Amino acid sequence: MPQFGSYALLLALSLSVYSLVAGAIALMRRGVSADRIGDTARRAGMAVFIAITAAAVALVAAAFTDDFSVAYIFHHSNRDLAIPYKFSVLWSGQEGSLLFWAWLLSAYGFVLRWRHKVDTRLVAHASVIVAAVQVFFILLINFPANPFAMMIGDLPPDGNGLNPLLQYPEMVIHPPMLYLGYVGFCIPFAFALGALIMKYPGEKWIHITRRWTMVTWLFLSCGVALGAHWAYSVLGWGGYWGWDPVENASFIPWLTGTAFLHSVMMQEKRGMLKMWNMWLIFATFMLSILGTFLTRSGVVSSVHAFAQSSIGTWFLIFLALTFATCAYFFVLNRGELKSENKLESLVSRESSFLFNNLVLLAACFAVLWGTLFPVLSEWVQGTKITVGPPFFNRVMLPITMLLLVLTAVGPLLAWRKTSLESLRRNFLWPAVAAVATAILLIAFGMRPWQDMSVFYSLMAISLSVLVMATVASEFIRGGRVIREKTGHSLLASMVQLTRRNTRRYGGYIVHFAVVVMIIGIAGSAFNQQNEAPLGVGDRMSIGPYTLVGRSYTQDDNPNYSSESAIVDVYKGKDKIDTMYPERRMFKASGQTATIVANRSTLKEDLYLVYAGRNEENGPPIIRAHLNPLVMWLWLGVYILIFGTLVALVPNAAAVTLRQPVRASAAAAVEAGD
Amino acid sequence: MLSRHSPLSSRPSTSRGTPTWLRAVQIAALFLAVTFLLGADPSGARFENLGHKLMCRCGCNQILLECNHVGCAYSEKMRQELMAGLQGADSDDLVLQRFVQEYGGVVLAAPPATGFNRVAWITPFAALGAGIFAVVWVVRRWKSGPPPPPPAAPPGGAVEIDEFRERARKETEL
Repeated sequence: MPQFGSYALLLALSLSVYSLVAGAIALMRRGVSADRIGDTARRAGMAVFIAITAAAVALVAAAFTDDFSVAYIFHHSNRDLAIPYKFSVLWSGQEGSLLFWAWLLSAYGFVLRWRHKVDTRLVAHASVIVAAVQVFFILLINFPANPFAMMIGDLPPDGNGLNPLLQYPEMVIHPPMLYLGYVGFCIPFAFALGALIMKYPGEKWIHITRRWTMVTWLFLSCGVALGAHWAYSVLGWGGYWGWDPVENASFIPWLTGTAFLHSVMMQEKRGMLKMWNMWLIFATFMLSILGTFLTRSGVVSSVHAFAQSSIGTWFLIFLALTFATCAYFFVLNRGELKSENKLESLVSRESSFLFNNLVLLAACFAVLWGTLFPVLSEWVQGTKITVGPPFFNRVMLPITMLLLVLTAVGPLLAWRKTSLESLRRNFLWPAVAAVATAILLIAFGMRPWQDMSVFYSLMAISLSVLVMATVASEFIRGGRVIREKTGHSLLASMVQLTRRNTRRYGGYIVHFAVVVMIIGIAGSAFNQQNEAPLGVGDRMSIGPYTLVGRSYTQDDNPNYSSESAIVDVYKGKDKIDTMYPERRMFKASGQTATIVANRSTLKEDLYLVYAGRNEENGPPIIRAHLNPLVMWLWLGVYILIFGTLVALVPNAAAVTLRQPVRASAAAAVEAGD
Repeated sequence: MLSRHSPLSSRPSTSRGTPTWLRAVQIAALFLAVTFLLGADPSGARFENLGHKLMCRCGCNQILLECNHVGCAYSEKMRQELMAGLQGADSDDLVLQRFVQEYGGVVLAAPPATGFNRVAWITPFAALGAGIFAVVWVVRRWKSGPPPPPPAAPPGGAVEIDEFRERARKETEL
């Protein structure tokens, strides 16, 4: 199997090189022969998918057959590893994850080339660019990071096992989601660069890639959220986001991708920001690569970075080449990217998009800056420093507040120009709702003057209410017009409204989801923590809860041994639950992992960690966290998925009139503005 | 925008003097200002506060109070040192300085706002400020400049791009 996998990788490399070279030759020539060469290049590109699939299957098969002659399998698997995790061996280490990356890229490339009739010439350009990216990744897995490298010397009887932190159900889907997001941005990047190379002045590349971009953004969002949930459930420190470089690496392209999804509307609608959009998608793709470079080169230290290796240099070279290519064609063809319209007012939808982009990019820059500053500091001062959560929280919170204000105001602004009177009229009730929320929160005990984190929490919740109110007012206002036309109920009218314009109203649902998530994050200002040995009958208090140790047990299976506590939870005098925090000791790797017990409600999470024992036979030490509003964060993720899916659905037909309506309302719907 | 044509927009203004909404905002601002001025910083959170400004040095890359390794050779000792520092009536800065002397600059979870490290704090906000300035400048330039020349026709022709624009218009507006 390893030999089969190695040959499959070599075949994939040959095919991708052919796809790149032949595809480029076909683009430079004209005529029937060029078309034929181009078609063979396209088919070769599609065949890369088959070759890399064969390699990936070979590696997974090696994991299932416990083939420890393959060094990668020895380092990342063992005989007693549970079957689902044998699949996740594929992306649990450096070499395997690069193979997985190449496989996903080849799958995206397959779909792109398969659907070439959407615009043959533009797809041919994009196909060559994808082939160039494929050549890079397939080179990596053929040479410096070959997953089929063999063990030297005697064959070991068992492997080192999978990292215990990765032996968790979410880890089976978190990396694929994240990689689908990272890799997916290669497609809009390829179309954008292709359009620039062929001087394609229209927005067709945006229309072709819009769904690609949204799906990719959704995958990346899910990947980031799953990573946060995994950290919360497995790492056992009571939080979900630690501003670790690996987390930041996934968040940075998400921010630029989000900016792109917004600003691209200005190009579609008014032919503006063409250069900006081009560079935004270039930057998103390059930041995906930069994040990968950071986590795989050892340049920055991280809790869960891959081992240091020489491939960092490869990534740096690839990044430099990509930038140089983009910059070259941009300088050469920037004349084709001139704006078709000009901005007419500072108080308009266009300027709100501009400011929204600015704030998202400022957030992206702040995260990148904080991630790289230790390197810069060491270079300038010669001393290492840490840039951790306090820095990111302090820098990102004001930026997030600004973003919330823009998210609230943006939908209320008209394209071209908005009168202040109209803005004031539309903004009145949402603003009243936000101020009322702030007053209520203070009345119910929030003291923003005591602590900056409480101040930001109050601001975040109030501004989130502002956004929710503006989103609701948009739905209600539109729903009322449709209700007048159709006579349906307001709710049915709002559903119809959404179906008629899925992209706009799906987008509003996503805005709603983001503020629900921000409310969840705002709750972290009130986190509580307590830790104590909890023997049988011992008690410990946290917030309104009393924890009583009922018993503690041990268990053993071929993969790991475990210790767990059985803890009864009381609220007042009533027993409301029993929780089972656990700690596992994995035999193959000798590492431990916590299995957190979490009682989650909309109000708060009671989060128990089996922290261990101080003595051999002592009682278990339980660390309890009371984390308010965390469920809102995960709820927000579900709403975000729903909103994005709504935005992906094609629009339904226009409203059918059932009864005569006032001329003004009908005109509003017909005018569409 | 829909609002310009909606039934709501045809309502006449109900107030000629100071608008009700402005009064409500003024009252709320006054309320918030008073509550802010009445506030005082409680001292009981010093341990939590400083403990979250320090990193555990066991290699876990976690905040000192969030290190979750039982029997960790560093975090227990560091927590006790922090507690002792606070009981010794030292100022927060002095307590942190002692940690820096013992464990090096990496023990601080964020760069101190001194010397070159100030750059870390200033740059993101300077970039945001420069960005805002640039956007306002670009908008003003666009507003005052001549209209842009019509673009070259795309390969698919003007009709095709008009169709896309129309579709985009439908997708982004009601």
